[in-house]
Amino acid sequence: MSTATDQPTPESGGLAPDTVVVPTKRSGSRKLPIILGVLAVGLAIVLLTAGRSGDTTFRLATDTDFAGLPDIVVPSAATAWLMIVVCLALTAEAVRRMLAHVAQPMWIPVGFAAAWMVGFLSWAAADGRILVVSLLGGAIALAVPLVFGALGGVLGERAGVVNIAIDGQLLLGAFAAAITASLTGSPWAGLVAAGLAGALVALVLGLFAITYFVDQVIVGVVLNVLVVGLTNFMFRQVLTPNAASLNSPDRFPRVPIPVLGEIPLVGPIFFRQTAVVYVLYVIVALVAWALYRTRWGLRVRAVGEHPKAADTVGIKVNRTRYRTILLAGAIAGLGGAYFSLVSVAGFNREMTGGAGYIALAAVIFGKWDPIRATLAALLFGFASNLQGVLSVLGSPVPSQFMLMLPYVITIFAVAGLVGRSRPPAADGVPYKQQ
Amino acid sequence: MSDADKPRPDEKPVDAGDTVTEERPQDAETTDDSRSRSLLREIASGNALAGVLAVVLAVLVGSVMIAATDETVRETAGYVTARPSDFFNAVWEAVSGAYNAMFRGAIFNNLVDDPARQWRPLTETLKYAGPLILGGLGVGIAFRAAMFNIGGRGQMIIGGGAAAWVGFRFEGLPTIIHLPLAIVVGMVFGALWGGIAGLLKARTGAHEVIVTIMLNYVGYYLVFWALTKDWLLATPGSVNPKSPPMQESAILPRVLGDQFNLHLGFVLALVAVGVVWWVINRSTLGYRIRAVGENPHAARASGINVGWIYTVVMLIAGALLGLAGVNQVLGTVTSGVSTDIDAGIGFDAITVALLGRSRPLGILAAGLLFGAFKAGGFTMQAQENISVDLVLVVQSLIVLFLAAPPLVRAIFRLPAQEAK
Amino acid sequence: MRLVLRGITKRFGSVVANDSISLTVEPGEIHCLLGENGAGKSTLMNVLYGLYKADEGEIELDGVVQHFSGPGDAMAAGIGMVHQHFMLIPVFTVAENVMLGNESTGFAGSLDVQAARARVTEISDRFGFHVKPDAVVEDLPVGVQQRVEIIKALSRDAELLVFDEPTAVLTPQETDELMDIMRQLREAGKAIVFITHKLREVREVADRITVVRHGRIVGEADPKASNAELASMMVGRPVELVVHKEEPTLGADALVVKDLRVVDAAGVTQVDGISFTIRAGEVLAVAGVQGNGQTELTEALLGLQDDVSGSIVLDGVELVGRSTRRILDSGVGFIPEDRQVDGLVPNFTIAENLMLNRSFKSPFVRNGSLRIGALREFAQKKLQEYDVRARDIDSLAGNLSGGNQQKVVVARELSRDLRLLVAAQPTRGVDVGSIEFIHKQIVATRDSGIPVLVVSTELDEVVALADRIMVLYRGQVVGIVPADTPRETLGLMMTGERPDDVKDVVA
Repeated sequence: MSTATDQPTPESGGLAPDTVVVPTKRSGSRKLPIILGVLAVGLAIVLLTAGRSGDTTFRLATDTDFAGLPDIVVPSAATAWLMIVVCLALTAEAVRRMLAHVAQPMWIPVGFAAAWMVGFLSWAAADGRILVVSLLGGAIALAVPLVFGALGGVLGERAGVVNIAIDGQLLLGAFAAAITASLTGSPWAGLVAAGLAGALVALVLGLFAITYFVDQVIVGVVLNVLVVGLTNFMFRQVLTPNAASLNSPDRFPRVPIPVLGEIPLVGPIFFRQTAVVYVLYVIVALVAWALYRTRWGLRVRAVGEHPKAADTVGIKVNRTRYRTILLAGAIAGLGGAYFSLVSVAGFNREMTGGAGYIALAAVIFGKWDPIRATLAALLFGFASNLQGVLSVLGSPVPSQFMLMLPYVITIFAVAGLVGRSRPPAADGVPYKQQ
Repeated sequence: MSDADKPRPDEKPVDAGDTVTEERPQDAETTDDSRSRSLLREIASGNALAGVLAVVLAVLVGSVMIAATDETVRETAGYVTARPSDFFNAVWEAVSGAYNAMFRGAIFNNLVDDPARQWRPLTETLKYAGPLILGGLGVGIAFRAAMFNIGGRGQMIIGGGAAAWVGFRFEGLPTIIHLPLAIVVGMVFGALWGGIAGLLKARTGAHEVIVTIMLNYVGYYLVFWALTKDWLLATPGSVNPKSPPMQESAILPRVLGDQFNLHLGFVLALVAVGVVWWVINRSTLGYRIRAVGENPHAARASGINVGWIYTVVMLIAGALLGLAGVNQVLGTVTSGVSTDIDAGIGFDAITVALLGRSRPLGILAAGLLFGAFKAGGFTMQAQENISVDLVLVVQSLIVLFLAAPPLVRAIFRLPAQEAK
Repeated sequence: MRLVLRGITKRFGSVVANDSISLTVEPGEIHCLLGENGAGKSTLMNVLYGLYKADEGEIELDGVVQHFSGPGDAMAAGIGMVHQHFMLIPVFTVAENVMLGNESTGFAGSLDVQAARARVTEISDRFGFHVKPDAVVEDLPVGVQQRVEIIKALSRDAELLVFDEPTAVLTPQETDELMDIMRQLREAGKAIVFITHKLREVREVADRITVVRHGRIVGEADPKASNAELASMMVGRPVELVVHKEEPTLGADALVVKDLRVVDAAGVTQVDGISFTIRAGEVLAVAGVQGNGQTELTEALLGLQDDVSGSIVLDGVELVGRSTRRILDSGVGFIPEDRQVDGLVPNFTIAENLMLNRSFKSPFVRNGSLRIGALREFAQKKLQEYDVRARDIDSLAGNLSGGNQQKVVVARELSRDLRLLVAAQPTRGVDVGSIEFIHKQIVATRDSGIPVLVVSTELDEVVALADRIMVLYRGQVVGIVPADTPRETLGLMMTGERPDDVKDVVA
């Protein structure tokens, strides 16, 4: 018998790197200085060839601030060059550490990224204003579905189930949220429905991938197509003719948190968001804690690394996997509510715009770790918000290249150019009991 | 990976000495079609049946969706206990109406008299099947090397974009030069876009699933950007992200005369089926591709350059999807390329390859079936006001049901496979 | 704890792996289960441990019949298992591995890592294991990893411990240490089941020996029985422990390896400056505990390793830097140590497998296309010549038994024009009949004037085939000694020690 499943699929089954391929030699410490150097020199070349004069204004306050911070006005060219110097200094430190065979601490790339970005912005926004709060706050808002999706992806893959169906979970979540919120009049009910919808997609994924051993990547891809077809169909046949009753939900309002929201700079960025964002903060913290510090997390990781070993100590492998991906699907589904209850009010065809695939990229770029994946998702959110800001400023970088960034970074990441990532050993490998 | 982690393709619990054990679970069998496997055996073991049942099941689900969203059905459902016949009539009307429309749109239109117009739907089916078959071959050949090419969309867009550039930019060339040139350029660019994933896998171990997904978006934005540049694909003076229309000399000629839309692209797809069949089953390259797909370790130990095979396979896959893109740009939508030129075919191709079990002839059949769905779907939408997206649902359900025969068997309460 | 197995039967399809096996294990005894590969020992233990469900029979512990639905139940009942392939999670610490499935928790299911650490330290100290609770398992040597497995069992208060082929990956020294640990556990009153096919180990520690063959118990043996007696019980007929071969007819130096150095992908030097020579018509056998550079040595010979320095000259031709394909073309035959991974494509037919390393130029290839007729004819011939028991040449290789799979590999390699044969673990996981056949083929190859390099972790096989023996330890040559070197000396050399009276023999 042959079925669609017995295609020769990657023999490791999942996304683990192939053993046949010659692994790159251990040169991880050399990559960082090279990348930093290239970026710093690149920015310098941009400045030399397309120099700009004038001042750049960094606006730190919002109009409603309790105690406003002053605007910072700096000369564009000088600031950019100053930041290049900082970048080069950090690169030099990285080179020194490489030669001395010392580990590269996190502050080097982080500091570099900050300095590089300030330098780049003061060049790009010459004679203009950068609204720092809306740049960063907007980045968080755009990253919300990505973070939810990435957390769902991380959880599933740590348990050994590749979740390509994140996009489907987001989309069905958005769909269910819009209908439920419209029918009940409560966005909170919509949020719950979104979680349930995501879990439903995960349940189908589990049925095929865990119970019937169908290749997980195939199921994920096909599920995404299925959800697109399903929601498009329902949108045209049911939602559009009955838009008033089924597709006009109330949006989540922006709810500033007292006190925290008043902190200069930090408050407006982090604590004047919608309730969905606050839910996200809690979930990120919970997932990160539970995965590493609880019995549940230990077992989830064991099942994803070496299911047979977990089985021999009495852990029900497939039950654990089912539970984990249902939770993962629910979390990803919550992210769907962002599209139809926060971003705009109501569902539309394919409204996730492939966000699930960026979330997947964040999972990999974040090395299957909840905090890192969250940061990666924030970075991708920042990139797409920056693109919007820059196109308003009329900066010379084509917006399409900014939008491309998350995908290009991920390709570099999986190619091992930005540090090797190591997926859970049994990621994507179904577990068959004798 | 240490030795201990190496996957053991078939770890048997017992080694029964000298006896020949044919105990392996059925689903571990190969997809190789060079082996003669009697149709009879396949039917007897319930597989062909499972395939048919998968289609039946998917169509049934589709029918439920049609009925459930039909106005009349919902009205009659309100008094179903009082007059059930109304309800069942309404269901029948809705479902049969939809499938009739699909048939009229895909195969034969009995509502018109002119034989040419009667058979026109069939040619539409073939037209839609062309790129699906090409795309399915591109995904399927990668499957044979155990690679999952999800990058059909990107490869089509890049290939189609490049072909379009040649197609509208060069004026005054004779068709005999212009058309082949545009086709070849499209295939080459598609091949390069696919080849990136193969090369990265070969050199760094980067998983092709991730790389091809990401390249879809990179390709999309690249063509999007090219559509804003006059020297690339933009139409000067227009803000629409769409290229100028193709030159007459670069358009795939219609093969059945002007009253039918069927163009040379379908013939190219048939040729591709033959070529890919020969490559996989009869050539040494195909032998090596299959060896790498089934066991890359043994292939490497046998002197086969595994990385090279990964790269070559993705080049071939990309070229086939590039040709699918060409098919769209120079055949189906000649009014100019835009970023939605792939029309979902990049992902449809995955379902085609899965339904066709990665075998060229299977892909041909699956492409024709899904082409018919597509052609019929548009008619259904136009005549019965049922969204063509239903086709997408049915298509993905078929693949899901087909992927898990035990599920289908359980639903229909067929005997389990074990009893041979 | 007293274990009684009664009439255990386990079938896989039509194969009966365990046929009505009954067995009693008393507390404070080391009970040895002796049998060939595939005799059904591991299956039996997996039934006992709840991994498989028995078709018939019952398990009784201290007079109470047990019904295990999974390993969890077996563990709760006091059964601990040290698996052949360690059931440890490589990226977890020792403490995490030990607590897994048996975690003590605090608030909201949070882990009490402190308690787990203390438990590890306590058990480690009690038995003198020297295991640190915070070490990451994948960084530990295999011997220590095995102790972690033992700690895992003991931390769950196991009263019955099953050791499944525990010495396969150990050095002779580590093996001795393990024997000591087993004795210590016996003194502590634990019941111990020791599964092995190595006769020497059995005689050293066993209090009782039960011999298993083809899934049945063939009887008890006396721990004082001779090797030959045990072996014939195990196999069911008298076994020739020696291979008959004539004195070698030595030719010129054929393979000359100088200062070979291999660094693996992780940057570890696996082969560290090896030099040796093999003459035409000679078998050089490499002895050593698994993981001392043998795999990398054979792979370097085949061009399968990337970071190789030094020189490998075969009949005057330098092989280092050549691709695998060119090395194969220059006449190197290769029987890889794991046929399932490197030797065969399980989903290819026997015929297809027979042309695996001949897809570039051979009688089966013309102008880039396959000559299927020629291949089938060839396969038909080899099937008979090499006594491969299969339905026909279209049977899938993956469906064959281990012995028949290996015969397909041997047939493929020996039917090429060879100038060197590299045979790594040529009889691993193969039944006795096939072992004898394959050994005969290797000797015949040598007698036809071809140099042969045999690598085996089974000292018996090394001694049986070798004209000279090269002992490897940590990637270095401890010595190249005559085939009649005493076992004790070879065993000592495998630990890296080199007795003064041992002299190298030069080819």
